[in-house]
Amino acid sequence: MKKILIFGATSAIAEATARLWAQDGNRMFLVARDAERVEEQCKDLVIRGAESARHTVLDLNDFERHKEAIKQAAQAMQGVDIALIAHGTLGDQKACEQSFERTLKELNTNAISVISLSTHLANLFEQQKNGTLVVISSVAGDRGRQSNYVYGTAKGMVTLFLQGVRNRLHPSGIRVITIKPGMVDTPMTSSFRKGALWSTPETIARDIYRGVATGKDIIYTPGYWKPIMKIIKSIPESIFKKMAL
Amino acid sequence: MMEISGWGRYPRIAAEVWRPYSIEQITHSLRSKGTQIARGLGRSYGDSALASRVSEIHYLDHFIEFDAHTGFLSCAAGVSLDTILQVFVPRGWFLPVTPGTRFVTIGGAIASDVHGKNHHKEGTFSQHVSHIDMLLGNGERVGASRTENPLLFKATCGGMGLTGIILAATLKLKPIRSSEIIQTTIKAPNLDRIHEEFEMHSGASYSVAWIDCLARGKQLGRSLLMLGEHAVDGELRAPIPPQLPMPFDLPPFILNRSSVKTFNAFYYNQMRHTHTMHRVSYYSFFYPLDRITDWNRLYGRPGFLQYQFVLPKQDGLRGLRTVLETIAQTGRGSFLAVLKAFGPSNPNYLSFPQEGYTLALDFKTGPSVFKLLDTLDRIVLDHGGRLYLAKDARMKEATFKASYPHWRTFEEIRARYHALGKFASLQSQRLGLQ
Repeated sequence: MKKILIFGATSAIAEATARLWAQDGNRMFLVARDAERVEEQCKDLVIRGAESARHTVLDLNDFERHKEAIKQAAQAMQGVDIALIAHGTLGDQKACEQSFERTLKELNTNAISVISLSTHLANLFEQQKNGTLVVISSVAGDRGRQSNYVYGTAKGMVTLFLQGVRNRLHPSGIRVITIKPGMVDTPMTSSFRKGALWSTPETIARDIYRGVATGKDIIYTPGYWKPIMKIIKSIPESIFKKMAL
Repeated sequence: MMEISGWGRYPRIAAEVWRPYSIEQITHSLRSKGTQIARGLGRSYGDSALASRVSEIHYLDHFIEFDAHTGFLSCAAGVSLDTILQVFVPRGWFLPVTPGTRFVTIGGAIASDVHGKNHHKEGTFSQHVSHIDMLLGNGERVGASRTENPLLFKATCGGMGLTGIILAATLKLKPIRSSEIIQTTIKAPNLDRIHEEFEMHSGASYSVAWIDCLARGKQLGRSLLMLGEHAVDGELRAPIPPQLPMPFDLPPFILNRSSVKTFNAFYYNQMRHTHTMHRVSYYSFFYPLDRITDWNRLYGRPGFLQYQFVLPKQDGLRGLRTVLETIAQTGRGSFLAVLKAFGPSNPNYLSFPQEGYTLALDFKTGPSVFKLLDTLDRIVLDHGGRLYLAKDARMKEATFKASYPHWRTFEEIRARYHALGKFASLQSQRLGLQ
C-alpha cells in the first residue's frame, strides 16, 4: 500500500492514473478545484479498490495555501509516498502574445504553482527520507515554437527545475520523475482536430503507472515522442526559426 | 466535423462530435436549436448513434456506489462493461447479462436493451437495472424506474437514446465463485436437431449456436450449440486478455462464398465428437471477437450490414427454414451466423427480444445485399417477427411500424417528456419517428 497525493486530480490524465493506483488498494488524497467532481472521484476510487480516498478543494493558483494542503494530506494519510502534480491549462497562445497579463497567468498556473508545490514536497520527502515526485511536464517544453511557446516556456521551466531537484535529492534516495506527454485527447484539448499522433489519457496513465513502478527519470509518453523530440531538438536554430511549427 | 460510423462502418457520415465533461455542459447544449443523439463506444452496428450532432458520453465514467452485500452497483452511463469486469470479477461479481462484446457502455446497453447468451433465463440487460438517472430535453434531471416515471423507464430501456440522455444507472451484479466457464459444445447436423437441442438444454445458464448458413439440403441449419455454466471453484481473475490488432481493411474479395464455405466446413468438422466439454475463461466464452481489435475491418472498406431478427416460437422454425433456404440459394455466406433461443419478451416499448428464435448474420455491404435483406424482411414480417434496432442500418419505416406495435405509445411518451425536437438519430428519422 502506497500513500498517494494528487494535485489537479480531476484532470483527465490524473484521473486515469488515479484509477490504476486505486485498483492496487492504495491510500489516496486528492487536491482539485471542483468540489463536486473531486467528491465524486473519491467515491469512484474507493469502489475501484482504493483503501481510502480523501480530498481538499483548492485553486492551485493560491500559492499561499500549498504548504497547508500538503500538510493536511500528509496528516490524513500518515505520510506521502508518491505525489503527482497534474494540473494545468492550455492558454490561448495568440491572446497571450497580445497580453502580458494573460502570459503571466499561464506561467503562474503551469510553472510557478508547480515549482511552489515541488519545493514543499521536496522538503517533505527529504525529511521523510523517502518519496517519489511525479510531475506532468510536456514535450512542448523541449523547444520553443511559435504556435505554443507560452505553454512551452512554462513546461520547459518545470522540466529544468525538476532536473535540479532530482540532482539535489538523488543522494537522499528520493525519486523525481518528469512526464512528457505528447498530444492527448482530453477536455483541455477538446477544441483541437485530432490526428494520428494523438493519444488517450489512459495510454499516458499506463506509462506513468509503469514508470513510477520501475523508477525512470524522464518518461516520454507515448514512447514515440522520444525520437521525435530528439529530431526536433537537433534542428539548428537558423533553420528552426524559419519553420512553421 | 469528423467522419463517424457505427460498428458496421456503413453508413459513414460527417458529424459534429463533442465530448461533454460535465452534466452542466450537456444541459447547456440542450438549449441550442436542433437535435442530438448520445453515443457511447459506437458498437451499435448501423445508424442508431449517428446524427449531425453527437454527444459522446466518454467522460461520464465514474462509479457512484456499490453495495457488496446485495451486488447493486450505481455508475455513470459512460462506464464500460469491460471496466465493470476488470473491477468486479476479482471480487466475485459478474454482469447479470452481457452482449458479445464488453466494449459497450452502460448507457448504450440500456438504450439498446442488449441481451446475451442467458436471455432464455435472465431476460435483457434492462431487466437487471433498477434505476436510471436521466437528462430530459428541457434540461430537467429525473429518475426513472419501475415505480418512478415508469412509462419513461419502459420507453428508455430499448429506446435507442431517443427519450433523453442516460446519465447514470443502478444495476444488480451477479455473484460468481470462479471467473471460468464450463463450456459444452454439441454438434447438431441440421435445423430440427438444433431446435431439439435448444429445447433439451433450456435449463442451461448460457446457450448460443453457431450456424453454417451456407449448408443446404439435408444439412440445412447444421450448427454447433455452445452451452455454459459458471464454474463453482477456481480462481477469480480478470486479466487483460491479449488483443490482436486488425491494422488494415481486408481486401473485399477475401470473404467470398468459397472461403466462407471452406471455413464453415472446417469449423463444423473440427469438432470430432458430438459432445465436448472444456473449462474456459469468461472472456473466451463471452467475447471471442473482442480478441481482435477492429474486427469490423474484416469486411473491407465498404463495411457490412448486420441483420438480426427474431421469429416468435409458434411457426418460428418454419420461418427460419425459409430464411436459411433463401440465403443458401443466393450463396451470400455470412461469415458469422449466430442462433439463439429467446425467452419471454419484456414490457419495454421498443425492446427487441420475443420468445422464439433469433438469428444474427452479417453481410458485406453491396447493392444486391439490400435486395436480399428486403426479401428477408418480408419473410420475417410474415412470421410475426422483427429486427434488432441496434444492428439495423436500412430497415424501412413500414417494416418498423408493422413489427414494433408500441411505437405510437413510445412517441407519446417522448412528447410528454420533452424529447421531441431534441433527440434524433439517422435511424429514428429513417424509421419515421419524430
